[in-house]
Amino acid sequence: MKKSVLKRLMQFVRPYRGFLIGALISAILSIALTLLGPVLVGDAIDYIVDQHHVDFPSIARILIILCVSIGVGAVFQWLLSLCTNTAAYRTVRDIRVQTFDKINETPLRYIDGTPHGDLINRLVNDIDFIADGLLQGLTQLFTGIATIVGTLLFMLSVNPLITLVVVLVTPLSLFVASFIAKRSHKMFREQSKTQGEIGGYIEEMLGNQKVIKTFSHEEEAQQEFEKINARLYRCGQKAQFYSSLSNPSTRFVNGVVYAAVGIIGAITAINGRLSVGQLSCFLTYANQYTKPFNEVTGVITQLQMAFASAQRVFAVLDAESEQPDSPEAVELQHVDGQVAIDDVSFSYDPRRRLIERFHLTVSPGQRIAIVGPTGCGKTTLINLLMRFYDVDKGEIRVDGVPIRHATRDSLRRQFGMVLQETWLYSATVRDNIAYGKPDATLDQVVAAAKAAHAHSFIKRLPDGYDTVISEDGGNLSQGQKQLLCIARVMLCDPPMLILDEATSSIDTRTEQRIQKAFNKMMQGRTSFIVAHRLSTIKEADVIVVMNNGSIVEMGNHRHLLQKGGFYANLYNSQFAEQERNYTVS
Amino acid sequence: MFRLARFLKAYKKQVILGPVFKLTEAIFELIVPLVMASIIDVGIKGRDVGYVLKMGGLMIALGAVGLICALICQYFASIASQGFGTTLRNRLFMHINRFSHAEVDRFGTPSLITRLTNDVNQLQYAVAMLIRLVVRAPFLAIGAVVMAVSIDWKLSVILLIAMPVIVLVLYLVMSRTVPLYRTIQKKLDRISLISRENLSGVRVIRAFSKQQSEKKRFADASEDLADTSVRVGKISALLNPVTYVIMNLGIVAIVWFGGYRVQEGGMTQGEIIAFVNYMTQILLALIVVANLVITFTKAAASAARVNEVLDTQPSVKDQTKEPVVLSQEKEIPKIQFDRVTFYYGYNDSKKEGFPQDRPAEEAALEDISITIQPGQTVGIIGGTGSGKSTFVNLIPRFYDVQKGGVLVDGVDVRHYPLSQLRGKIGMVPQRAVLFAGTIESNMRWGKKNATEEEIRRALTIAQALDFVDKLPEGIHAPVAQEGKNFSGGQRQRLTIARALVGAPEILILDDSASALDFATDAALRRAIRKETKGMTVLIVSQRASTIRDADQIVVMDDGKAVGIGTHEQLMERCEVYREICLSQLSAEEAAR
Repeated sequence: MKKSVLKRLMQFVRPYRGFLIGALISAILSIALTLLGPVLVGDAIDYIVDQHHVDFPSIARILIILCVSIGVGAVFQWLLSLCTNTAAYRTVRDIRVQTFDKINETPLRYIDGTPHGDLINRLVNDIDFIADGLLQGLTQLFTGIATIVGTLLFMLSVNPLITLVVVLVTPLSLFVASFIAKRSHKMFREQSKTQGEIGGYIEEMLGNQKVIKTFSHEEEAQQEFEKINARLYRCGQKAQFYSSLSNPSTRFVNGVVYAAVGIIGAITAINGRLSVGQLSCFLTYANQYTKPFNEVTGVITQLQMAFASAQRVFAVLDAESEQPDSPEAVELQHVDGQVAIDDVSFSYDPRRRLIERFHLTVSPGQRIAIVGPTGCGKTTLINLLMRFYDVDKGEIRVDGVPIRHATRDSLRRQFGMVLQETWLYSATVRDNIAYGKPDATLDQVVAAAKAAHAHSFIKRLPDGYDTVISEDGGNLSQGQKQLLCIARVMLCDPPMLILDEATSSIDTRTEQRIQKAFNKMMQGRTSFIVAHRLSTIKEADVIVVMNNGSIVEMGNHRHLLQKGGFYANLYNSQFAEQERNYTVS
Repeated sequence: MFRLARFLKAYKKQVILGPVFKLTEAIFELIVPLVMASIIDVGIKGRDVGYVLKMGGLMIALGAVGLICALICQYFASIASQGFGTTLRNRLFMHINRFSHAEVDRFGTPSLITRLTNDVNQLQYAVAMLIRLVVRAPFLAIGAVVMAVSIDWKLSVILLIAMPVIVLVLYLVMSRTVPLYRTIQKKLDRISLISRENLSGVRVIRAFSKQQSEKKRFADASEDLADTSVRVGKISALLNPVTYVIMNLGIVAIVWFGGYRVQEGGMTQGEIIAFVNYMTQILLALIVVANLVITFTKAAASAARVNEVLDTQPSVKDQTKEPVVLSQEKEIPKIQFDRVTFYYGYNDSKKEGFPQDRPAEEAALEDISITIQPGQTVGIIGGTGSGKSTFVNLIPRFYDVQKGGVLVDGVDVRHYPLSQLRGKIGMVPQRAVLFAGTIESNMRWGKKNATEEEIRRALTIAQALDFVDKLPEGIHAPVAQEGKNFSGGQRQRLTIARALVGAPEILILDDSASALDFATDAALRRAIRKETKGMTVLIVSQRASTIRDADQIVVMDDGKAVGIGTHEQLMERCEVYREICLSQLSAEEAAR
């Protein structure tokens, strides 16, 4: 599993492998030159023996070499960061774009069935973790390994005995580091879990403050908060303490190595087998050698996190795509609006049947109202018409063409859709209205806005049509948002309409005005209207009464009332009470 | 920032002792190169193995004691910083809990959440750094200089030159990258914004066949982010090589000029090695200091945001803790609005720093007067933004009025302790929200010690018992956060039941039956009327059918009450009301 994740990651990195190779070469060269420094400094110090025993020409020679190596080393250090940066960020951009494209190609079933927060988290944070992992991981892995190997080689070449001492003490440092990492990792997990818990609690309580206040629940909320907070304190304190141990502990181990090198080096020097300059070089190494070990342990955790994130991102990439339009698919042109739903069965979940053997024929220009209790399949019908979902059995035809054999885009362009849940994107009012027709002129946009009764409030916005709508239209009221959605459809002028409770969030007076606009728009267009307001329903040519996924009754208002069935019942329950009251009085 | 230091008071011991221990460790660390120098100059030169061992032992001992000091410091730091964070969080939460809606609206809930979580964490981290590093790092840098000067002041001129140069480089690089990191964060926010929009608007996007342009929008944003990241990378990549060069040039200078000093007899070989060591130490310490500066800059911003919350006084406050004793007269109206005028944002107009909340120019409610008798049912109807919700929000005193007064049981709401006032009222908000727990635990919000019988009765009235009984666990069924495991209509019925459990004197339904179909809505109103004799009920609705048989109907338009009366009276007199009714009911139904 892990291997295949790595393999796939490498596939994404491949286009940037030039940078990667550059990084590797830079790492080796810069480390080699960095390590050369202390050797040269040590050599130079050896020429400074005592008063009147300083060999300036030799020192000058060494120092010039040192300066050159410092300069070149610095350049390669810079190149190393540059290469890894570029490789990591470009790779991650590719992964991100590809994941987003994938989400756009998945069937709605996938998007409806996956929590949106989860998908966003993968697109944003997980991919960021991959970037960090790649960046830090690659840089530190390269430099760390190069440092360890290089230091060992240098030390061996100078004095094997002292090298042995350093090598023997190193595991101690590793052991300490991993012990601490393990302990603190557990604590950190606990901490981030509690942190998530407290975040959730805060969100719940602050988000619903009105309820808290109504029930005077402040005391209880505070108590509960303090309880979670106290738990957070306990694990946070431990996590912080354990993790903060690693610095002093490794410093101590380094100190021991330093002292050991000092003692043994000094004794060797006394015996004349080591120069003082070489000892100074060793001391510097002793400091440098242990560091990459600690860093590598850190990198491994980071890489693990990056792998876990990559796995979750790849899971999205592996999701099934919408079946592409077949090459023979028909491109629907401006249709007349004849719709036939023929023996259609559909369910979201195979275990729960929803729509069963559904038949409905609609002539061009007819107005179809769909009514029924919540969950009876009204919205599902619209999902099928728009081919957001494909039917399980049966067929839907538009102007005689089975929609399965039409391209999705051309089919969807035939419908203008206004949903109960308004959706606007963060752009100007004008952009939002022209969403379906980006090349529309301002005049056309204004005309559509006027038709949707949106012009008057748009004019009053700070920048009129150029006002930027904040995320999800936060600066507009629900009704205003809906008016913009309606204007958006008006501009496109589609042959058929779908209105799914489109006016339920608009107050009745505004609705009345919009209704007029709708009526005008619906003229000559096949329209499907899901509504709970009677006035909308009564004017429909055909009322389709649904219950439990199938049609229980069909006909116009008068006809259905006379029939005295399900619809009549629904209708009467609404006014029965009033009638009774009025007969009494 | 320093005002927040009061939350550290309980940890005075840790805050003082922590740095002291850290300082001890740092002093030991400074001594080590000196010891090493004497090993070289005395031990090796004098060929004294005993001296070398003694001094080596001393080094390890110094390290061990240093370790213990460091551990004690880290322990103190963890207690003080986490304790600080915990206290601050508790205090903030308590403060925010006292806010009225005016203040919550002003900050916005998401912003309050960030302040309570991220900002507090940032401050907590800064406290830990304060204890752990603020003394150590500068001390090591200065200490290294002092030690160097004490060895040989002439040679230490090199350190004194190198230090400011390193500081300058750190400053130049960081002052350029830090703002860029903020830009990166913004671009990342844009990525998540587009993702969120695409998921929530997936139907609309596909309906307009806009997938390609959305993909392009996202790809552009990603490209933008990658570009900025690479650019920042280029600048910050300079940091290491440049400091590396400066430090090593310093070492070159030390060796070269040190050679002269030794030649003159002013220094020894070992002391040169010690000098080289101090140079490295200074660089490391300065990098730590630079990071500290960043940490504290961030912390200062967080502190400002936290203080802003703490400085905001709730506009609605208990003016008394003493419960009001109500007179027993029968004739007192239950609720009375006496020429009430209310503006949003008015209370904060004196506060600066919130340019967006200029007090609203138009009144949200203007000169409203109405008297509601006990047991009456009152309907409130009107367009979006006409002031219906504002009207009912004044009764539990979510906001204070600017003119006139709201009276409950004949007493101005401002004279009640909030808990007594709100205890009389059961309110069902527009957005039906339940809390994580069980149905039962949610029902007990209204009355902590409610019996199961009381709960079941409330559920019955709210038309919720049917579906609750169908759940395998009945009233003990689990409720997810926000009640997401229930449908909108079920949630609404449960929130209505929750308000009914406490048997409130006043029940306010703020458009809270909108997700119910007509039949359930009608049954609900019937049950409320039958089962809750004596309860005063206020119903805000957009449906004329919902409120048409209320005892009184208030018609709101643009913050004014344009009509008060019964259905028949209003049909005759009130143009707005007639318009609403005619749009929803057929002419004959409206007339009936």
